[in-house]
Amino acid sequence: MIPGSPQRAELLQTAVKGRSLWDDARRRLLSNKAAVAGMIVLALMVLIAAVGPFLVPFHYDTVTKPDVWAAPGVGGHLIGADSLGRDLLARLIAGLGVSLLIGVVATSVSLVIGVLWGATAGYVGGRVDEVMMRIVDTLYSLPFIFFVILLMVTFGKNIFLIFLAIGAVEWLTMSRIVRGQTLSLKQKEFVEAARAAGLTGGQIILKHIVPNLLGPVVVYVTLTIPAIIIAESFLSFLGLGVQPPMASLGTLISAGAQDMEIAPWLLIFPSLTMIITLMAFNFIGDGLRDALDPKDR
Amino acid sequence: MLRFLFRRLLVAIPTLFLVVTVAFFMMRAAPGSPFVNERQLSPQIEAAVMAKFGMDKPLHEQYVSYLAGVVKGDFGPSLKYRDKSVLDILGENYKVSLILGGVSILLASIIGMSLGIIAALRQNRIADYFTMTVAILGVCIPTFVTAPLLVLVFASKLGWLPTAGWNGGAIANLILPITVLSLPQIAIISRLTRAGMIEVLRSNYIRTARAKGLPESVIVRKHALRAAILPLVSYLGPAAAGLLTGSLVVEKIFNLPGLGKFFVISALQRDYTVVMGMVIVYALLILVLNLIADMIYAALDPRVRLS
Repeated sequence: MIPGSPQRAELLQTAVKGRSLWDDARRRLLSNKAAVAGMIVLALMVLIAAVGPFLVPFHYDTVTKPDVWAAPGVGGHLIGADSLGRDLLARLIAGLGVSLLIGVVATSVSLVIGVLWGATAGYVGGRVDEVMMRIVDTLYSLPFIFFVILLMVTFGKNIFLIFLAIGAVEWLTMSRIVRGQTLSLKQKEFVEAARAAGLTGGQIILKHIVPNLLGPVVVYVTLTIPAIIIAESFLSFLGLGVQPPMASLGTLISAGAQDMEIAPWLLIFPSLTMIITLMAFNFIGDGLRDALDPKDR
Repeated sequence: MLRFLFRRLLVAIPTLFLVVTVAFFMMRAAPGSPFVNERQLSPQIEAAVMAKFGMDKPLHEQYVSYLAGVVKGDFGPSLKYRDKSVLDILGENYKVSLILGGVSILLASIIGMSLGIIAALRQNRIADYFTMTVAILGVCIPTFVTAPLLVLVFASKLGWLPTAGWNGGAIANLILPITVLSLPQIAIISRLTRAGMIEVLRSNYIRTARAKGLPESVIVRKHALRAAILPLVSYLGPAAAGLLTGSLVVEKIFNLPGLGKFFVISALQRDYTVVMGMVIVYALLILVLNLIADMIYAALDPRVRLS
């Protein structure tokens, strides 16, 4: 081969183009069958929650007298109707949407607070770190439900408040993980280089520390979303979550549990939906952890 | 060791103080009062009731006198239950939570650790897959799903067990709630044990033990297990505190008179003193259990020095 020939340039290019860490991670993730299945199921769930309401011939809040306790298949109700004759499928799709939304929004809240808090504490270190982490410890020893009940009664049972309340509680673990990672990251040469280049602490945290935290944070996020869906359902079960006529998986299961003797389908279908959703998230989370942190396998 | 204990207790005091302070002011910031919902009180009587509980004074004075009481071990009277102190109420309700939580965490530890060890020793074989499936199901099926489903099957349909109630702590009444509470814990504990075990079994000192010709059972019991359950120890502290103060949902579904159920009711009724009492008990439990966990940790891992 002649030096400087087009073939050589091409070869050089392919040779130089190595696989990045993220490429490797993606490859490992896609070869994990459970994780791929989880992703497909989750995509379907999101699609159903988004498009479903337009396909089901009932509205989730339409009360139809003759259809009270309709069994699956009766009166056009594919999976039955509830104590007010409302179509369960329509309610289930609406509830799935609400639960997923709460999961995503509350996780984002906890993500922003947790990452900034943890990264600041870890990066600044010293007394600031001590005080910030002492605050986290203190909040940890308050019963979670206590916070949420207080928030609910102070500001009314508002769906956005549920987002906020749950997110505001779930950031604690996130901040601990992020702090631990930051402590080791700030010893690295690239942070020193950034500091030598004259960047301020805030810039280093946002531009250099946070992007490098992505791996563990992504894994934790996929495990936080199902935890938050459970937390919301838990609140709904105690009558503090999503308020009627709106539905979430939690309110549906709670209502189903009350009527399970008369109409077991009201308990079974929402429970199954909940279990499948949570499993999908957990498979993806486990897959991501294996993919991003191969030393654990 | 004593110095460590002393230091940790010193650190615990400001934490506890902060917890009490945050809880006190959050509780008072919420609208409503413990004396609404009752018969319409005339303004004079209401003022008299408020004065009786010292609630006519400015908030910071109430806070100071409350703190002074707590330091002396006096949690004050309940605002909702006439003639009962907070300690009376805690005393009446802790037993249910203690039995439920204690038995569940014990059972879950034994079963979970056994499953985890078996799975680790038979990695990627049938026993492993079975355990990991159980673990995933346990994590993915929340208590408020398992509880009604189990009641539907074993109480309503088969009629083997009672649907709900405490019944003086009869074993038949305990089976379902304890099962429901333990399942998720079994799942988490078996996963933690398995992960710890797999990591430890690969380490050099285990290879040395094998090379010495020690039987596998001795290696597992004497050498590997000690190191493998370290992550489990730090998990169990807070988990036990949570279980002991009562799983709200389980106590609600099975209609059990425990602390968890009482906590929600009291918060909704603005029974300030009772709620504060429960928060303090919970915070104390977490601190104590974490301390115990740290001590066990140090006992298991000689590399950790208590200082």
